[in-house]
Amino acid sequence: MKPFAYHQPDQIPDAAKLLTSIEDSKLVAGGMTLIPTLKQRLANPPALVDLSRLGHLKGITDDGATITIGAMTPHAVVAASKLVQAKIPGLAALASMIGDPAVRNRGTIGGSVANNDPAADYPAGVLGLGATVVTSTREIAADKFFLGLFETALEPGEIITAIRFPVPLKAGYAKFKAPASRYALVGVFVAKFADGVRVAVTGAGPGVFRVPPMEGALSQNFEPTAIAAIKIDTDGLTSDIHAEADYRAHLVTVMAKRAVDAALS
Amino acid sequence: MGNVIGIGAAPKRKEDQRFLTGRGNYVSDIKRAGMTSGVFVRSPHGHAVLRGIDKSAALASPGIIAVLTGDDVKADGLGGLPCGWGISDAKGVPMKEPPFPMLAQSKVRFVGDMVAFVIAETPEQANAAAELLAVDYEVLPSVVGVLEAVRPNAPQLFDDVPNNICCDWELGDKAAVETAFRKAAHVAKLSLVNNRLIGNPMEPRAAIAEYEPGTDRFTLWTTSQFPHVVRFLMGALVLNIPQHKLRVVAPDVGGGFGVKQFHYGEEAVITWAAKRVKRPIKWVASRSEGYVSDRHGRDHVTEAELALDENGKFLAFRVNTLANMGGYLSTFGPNIPTNLYGPLLGGVYTTPAIYCNVKVVFTNTVPVDAYRGAGRPEATFVLERIVDVAASEMGIDRVEIRRRNMIPKDAYPYQTPVLVQYDSGDPMGCLDGALVAADVKNFGVRKAASASKGKFRGLGYSTYVEACGLAPSRFAGRLGARGGLYESATVRVHPTGQVTVMIGTHNHGQGHETTFAQIVSDKLGVAFDDVDIVFGDTDRVQFGMGTYGSRSLVVGGAALSKATDKVIAKGKKIASHLLEAAEVDIQFESGKFSVAGTDRMKTFEEIAGAAYVPHNYPLEVLEPGLEEQAYYDPVNFTYPGGCHIAEVEIDPETGTVMLVNYTAVDDVGTVINPMIVEGQLHGGIVQGVGQALFENAVYDEGSGQLLSGSLMDYCMPRADHMPMMKVATHSTLCTHTPMGVKGCGEVGTIGSPAAVINAVVDALSHLGVTHVDMPATPNRIWRLLQNASLPAAAE
Repeated sequence: MKPFAYHQPDQIPDAAKLLTSIEDSKLVAGGMTLIPTLKQRLANPPALVDLSRLGHLKGITDDGATITIGAMTPHAVVAASKLVQAKIPGLAALASMIGDPAVRNRGTIGGSVANNDPAADYPAGVLGLGATVVTSTREIAADKFFLGLFETALEPGEIITAIRFPVPLKAGYAKFKAPASRYALVGVFVAKFADGVRVAVTGAGPGVFRVPPMEGALSQNFEPTAIAAIKIDTDGLTSDIHAEADYRAHLVTVMAKRAVDAALS
Repeated sequence: MGNVIGIGAAPKRKEDQRFLTGRGNYVSDIKRAGMTSGVFVRSPHGHAVLRGIDKSAALASPGIIAVLTGDDVKADGLGGLPCGWGISDAKGVPMKEPPFPMLAQSKVRFVGDMVAFVIAETPEQANAAAELLAVDYEVLPSVVGVLEAVRPNAPQLFDDVPNNICCDWELGDKAAVETAFRKAAHVAKLSLVNNRLIGNPMEPRAAIAEYEPGTDRFTLWTTSQFPHVVRFLMGALVLNIPQHKLRVVAPDVGGGFGVKQFHYGEEAVITWAAKRVKRPIKWVASRSEGYVSDRHGRDHVTEAELALDENGKFLAFRVNTLANMGGYLSTFGPNIPTNLYGPLLGGVYTTPAIYCNVKVVFTNTVPVDAYRGAGRPEATFVLERIVDVAASEMGIDRVEIRRRNMIPKDAYPYQTPVLVQYDSGDPMGCLDGALVAADVKNFGVRKAASASKGKFRGLGYSTYVEACGLAPSRFAGRLGARGGLYESATVRVHPTGQVTVMIGTHNHGQGHETTFAQIVSDKLGVAFDDVDIVFGDTDRVQFGMGTYGSRSLVVGGAALSKATDKVIAKGKKIASHLLEAAEVDIQFESGKFSVAGTDRMKTFEEIAGAAYVPHNYPLEVLEPGLEEQAYYDPVNFTYPGGCHIAEVEIDPETGTVMLVNYTAVDDVGTVINPMIVEGQLHGGIVQGVGQALFENAVYDEGSGQLLSGSLMDYCMPRADHMPMMKVATHSTLCTHTPMGVKGCGEVGTIGSPAAVINAVVDALSHLGVTHVDMPATPNRIWRLLQNASLPAAAE
């Protein structure tokens, strides 16, 4: 680890100011990606701006038609939340599948969404539910938030404060874990709303994406069989030592069916 | 003062109290006054000419103390790392043995090869300086696979090793095998890969070196399985330090699995550097550094053929293997795929003729050496896979074909056609026990239940034998060992009757402090808590070859048993004097020396007291004191074995293999502590399952980059991969070790990969699948299913 300055502001504007005034400074929430990167000396930020004193960014609120999860809420809290389990059980299930207990107790929803790892779980939930990313300056629809490999619509100095999820009629998540890392080799989130179904895929490509043919078919008939024959194009999907693109494409269909099953159960 | 806890009891492990309460003392826990920090700069290229190293920026870095390179090693006239085994080809031509410099000179040959050692006041400063070291590489093409390495136009690692072949080794009667193949009713053939593995002990390697000018002595603390061997190899053959001026300490070590049983360049460099900088230096490997510098295991490509008569009797077995050595010869490297492989190809069967050819090949990868099982898992995998292939092709039940060829219990001792003579065993008994324990007769019901869920269920057998307790020195010497393979123990009885044992094996997870204390408690009748086991320090322990090859109990325990017998013998002489009886009339039992047929007796404590306060003592004929030492050189290997049965369920939709049942019935000889044996079996089996289903070290051909260089990409087995295992012993006693023990450290790793893969193939056999290479990952199984089901889909 290389030396860096460490700041622990207790107001969002102070954090934003530090972030913009110190070039290349980094926000640290749970640090589940950042700290290993620092330890391997792969990143060399001059300063870390720690969000852990921003207590109001932690917690889950029920707004009726939506549920709002503060950016600093750890995965374990979401997984164990009676509210999330009752209203969006698929999202609680997703949170329970992230990493291991240590990661779930440190890692935060805001950190995961801001990092936009191509194999992270939360982006599938956020995009699949059509959530809204609430930041220090504005609100961004999920469809406009995730831009590609580790890339998001966040501007310099912009800080995620919460994610607001609309409550679906049904939702489910199915994840095929990469054998070693247990990140999603392929993870599929499906959500059924009164006006249609959304299907979001993580792990398979360079970033989370939706599958319109599956959404159309499931909007007609919300059953696994409705999408069993829908094949995903391998173009643009990831190939690595664990899985080639054709296997990932195949798994998208399998996991989508299982996500529908999970949503129905 | 506690109780006697003897052989066969299962006390909790003595050492766990300190480990579980954070009071272990590992190398990285040790701090020395004035200690500095060292880091190794390693090659980022698989193969490159080392054109030059510019130290200037690194030397200007804050806190820097020194930067040492191969040129400095050369200037000091120091040697390279020695290989402990010298094998020869069929004509007696010795293997090619190119130098393995402790820091690279003129060329680098694998990603991770060491090019410099940077020493600074703190780890951060050492890392920062290391990043500033300017190394000029002329990158060459790398070759990483054995098949590629022996091709005519392959990149050549060494100028004087044509085709990268270190040795073209063979064993067995080639002509007899050819004759038998001509008469065969059936020949089964199999091509397979034995995947490359990375050991990943919990504790990364680490070392601290210190030089004391006052005494002209060096001390090296190192994460080693064999400190005395490091002292010998490094002192005598690398750094020219006299043995009495070098102390090597291997304190608590967090797992080894073979990875820590080699003399590593890091140990030599840090010891040499400590004198140069006149300060103690500490180096602790990162996990990532371990991936590219800890010796790897396995990595074979094999073609095998089994000749059978019309009844399925094995007539002859022929095996041709290419074995990867990596970029240099590691300490035991060339011994593993040859002497620890070929002699095991007889297995538990009566195959009369066996021939094995192994081409030992250099590639641009981390050197390959012993990893738990070392050669024997590879042999077992080839044999147990081809037995299944033959059974399937001939339409003979897989258990039946094994029975028809098994060595019967009454045929021991059994001389195989490949050097080794098994002293004892009962493979049929292990098989019968395992069939019952695994509830094989109801497998059909379970298979049908899986099928109703759309899953494929399979059952796999591995009936195996291994050779451990390394090793009879004379025999090993004929095979090319350059050292002895005995073990030593000193039993020091204190004046008050407590006992300290100094033993040359090393405990790094095996429970020696418990097992050895039980042996002493049992034999001397002293309390279990009154026995301490000392190991891992060349200044405290007389000598030893360390721990590997399931040898600690078999060879070290035998030395301990002999030394304990000597204590009893001397005690009888003292008792004879004190009790005024003839020595032949003195009996020793349950900690008491008594005169046969009388109630006259002396306790062990009284005898110990008399030995150290010799007022009434036969000083004319007997020395005072009660401390005895023994060296034990085994007369043969020991041959544990058994039957493992794996049961898997495969999800054809994703290709995921779930291990749903696992049964092992093993013959490990006498069991000292059944809980520890069970733990060793559990751990060994999990490691073998890791090879079969998860673990794979993958290199990129051409660049030589290790693609599976972290726990994110190299899949270790986890608790949730495993079912509850059924583990039992069915022991016959070893006829030549003092206590009848055979060893149990590696059996799990040796027996299990074949059982698991045989189960996977069985589950897929209805689709025409005849072999699955390890690891049987979901991706690989799915792809096999795609290919297997294509013809059916086309119909």
